[in-house]
Amino acid sequence: MALNERMERVGEIKIWYGNLPVESLYTAGIAGEKFFRTLKDQGKFLGARCVQCGIVYVPGRIFCERCFNKLDEWVQVASSGTLESWTELHVDINGEKLDAPVLVGLIKLDGTSTVMVHRLNNVTREELKFGLQVKAVLLPKSKRTGAITDIAYFEPGV
Amino acid sequence: MGRRVAIVGVGMTKFVRRAQETGRELAYYAARQALDNCGMKIDQIEAVVLGSAPDTFDGVHMKGEYLSDGAGAWGKPYMRCYVGGGTGVFSVIHGWYHVASGIFNTCLVVCEEKMSSFQPHPQGAFLTIFDHTTERPLKPNLLWIFALEMNRYMSTYGLRKEDIALVAVKNKNNALDHPAAQIAEPVTVEDILKSEVLAWPVQRLDVSPVSDGAVAVVLADESIARRYWTNRDLCYPRYVEEAARMAYKMAGITNPRHEIHVAEPYDPFDYKELHHMEGLMLCGRGEAPQLTADGVTRRDGELPVCPSGGLLGVGNPIAAAGLMKVAELFWQLRGEAGKRQIARKAKRGVAQAWGDLMQVGTVVVLGV
Amino acid sequence: MRERDKKIKQVSIALPGTGLKEDDFSKGRILTTHWTADARYGWDAGIAIGRYLAGLKNGIILGVHCKKCGRTMVPPRIFCEWCFRNVDEWVELQDTGKVNTFSLCYVTWDVKRIKEPQIPAVIEIDGASPGMGIMHLLGDVKPEMVRIGMKVKAVWKPVSEREGAITDIRYFKPV
Repeated sequence: MALNERMERVGEIKIWYGNLPVESLYTAGIAGEKFFRTLKDQGKFLGARCVQCGIVYVPGRIFCERCFNKLDEWVQVASSGTLESWTELHVDINGEKLDAPVLVGLIKLDGTSTVMVHRLNNVTREELKFGLQVKAVLLPKSKRTGAITDIAYFEPGV
Repeated sequence: MGRRVAIVGVGMTKFVRRAQETGRELAYYAARQALDNCGMKIDQIEAVVLGSAPDTFDGVHMKGEYLSDGAGAWGKPYMRCYVGGGTGVFSVIHGWYHVASGIFNTCLVVCEEKMSSFQPHPQGAFLTIFDHTTERPLKPNLLWIFALEMNRYMSTYGLRKEDIALVAVKNKNNALDHPAAQIAEPVTVEDILKSEVLAWPVQRLDVSPVSDGAVAVVLADESIARRYWTNRDLCYPRYVEEAARMAYKMAGITNPRHEIHVAEPYDPFDYKELHHMEGLMLCGRGEAPQLTADGVTRRDGELPVCPSGGLLGVGNPIAAAGLMKVAELFWQLRGEAGKRQIARKAKRGVAQAWGDLMQVGTVVVLGV
Repeated sequence: MRERDKKIKQVSIALPGTGLKEDDFSKGRILTTHWTADARYGWDAGIAIGRYLAGLKNGIILGVHCKKCGRTMVPPRIFCEWCFRNVDEWVELQDTGKVNTFSLCYVTWDVKRIKEPQIPAVIEIDGASPGMGIMHLLGDVKPEMVRIGMKVKAVWKPVSEREGAITDIRYFKPV
């Protein structure tokens, strides 16, 4: 079925309608608490470095997925990096057309080994290319809540 | 019947109502500990099996993938399984196939549950257990199923609440010695009987607590399932008997009452321990309450049942709970259960879990 | 294996895991993210339940019969799960039955207390094989008067209010 097709022929098929009342309250976790508090209070990004593998994870985490060792070394990492990939969105989660297209990208912060997804702003689609230098723009401290949205977006720059 | 398989290491987190750790972090704690427990490195693990409930509980899609790195599965063959509460024991069976088949030499089995994310209460996540068309419009809740079954069992054998409350008292007191138990407290039959009536005959202290937690084992046995729960005899768990027969046959057990020395049947509610003891053929139908009243099932009794404290005492993170029971047998059979060590010598134990729409029976027999 | 056994001691007393309390959340001591799903469904009732619901709209409880095992089953299904073959015929059952088990429930699905209990029950429907039950509610009865084995009859919604749903039966009441 196409993304925006609806089931119109109600009389022909016996369908039972209902919903699932799902409401979730997620904890940030031990690592998440550290990463997001630092982002909120100090506007800094923390990564966790695996001494054995040399991988730096951002956001930081408590274990290395490769060698399965506990990670104790937390390091401050740059708030800018390179664009690894990107896309332009035209429809929302329900398949409805967006008022204006939205750009999102995968960003690898300098000196780290992992990527994070976030919005891209102050850039046109034509200007985007793999390897583009981008930097994080944070919300003013008073508006930060300790969430990934404390980063408002990434824009070109170092 | 394939190669013989052994459990060589166990890891576990605390079972708490709400954990700060993410599900992935809980899985890591348990998996890491299991490896350290037997001195193995992650590179020596050839395959990983993960048991965890469907995505609704945690509100995380594709939980298998989400938990894979915490379960040590990076770069390894990996399978996720789930059969409701039966998962904790089923995952061991799943891992057993991996090794008994000869395809892998080792298999890490991890079970994790983080139910606390579901608001306002994890019980609501079970709504989907009821048929969307013929049952949910009646606005049911999970307690109904247990209450209906408990009533049938009590009525069939003429039991009183006091007879069943003995199980909750035994297990909650046993759990005082279990390091994972976070809310264990000494209770008496009177406490049970005075507790809030939720769905008569179920009262608050008849029920195991909802929990977050994870268990891992580095591991052997069988299961069965069916539909339309209201079409079966609610006073006897036939699903357990069928699984038990398969397991006993493989283990060469013909007289479970005397050849099984310690048992960890699934006890999300106190009456279920009785139900499942009968399904495991450790006694005749309707006889479990008498065995309990006579003290046979206590840690210093002839056939200790739930020496760990069970789900009632330790907690019930859905997928992990059954694996906690397997872990308990591991420690009991090796003489490493510390304060919980049963008095008699044990060479054969049985662990059993129950799940899905109350018709999955998973049974594993361990021996030394 | 013996050497290793000697090295492995008892379960470590302090297992990992950080338990939280209610006020850790309410006082904002830990960071959390809140999210609600907008999960809406249109479930196909299926051939069998589609007919079952149509029967309910007409004030009839339908079952099916398998000649091989001899069972008459409710809720109806298109295949007998024991014999793994199509069922042979549809049967009109009675709208009376016997209480197989029941409960008095004082909490809702999201664990809120209610004063007057709901009385869910498994009711063995007359005309179906013994032990064939459906889940429904009991009504028009004092909670303390309910008994296993009690004979009950369906109380239907008026025809104009029926929609082809299990709730076309309001509840079952003692005969």
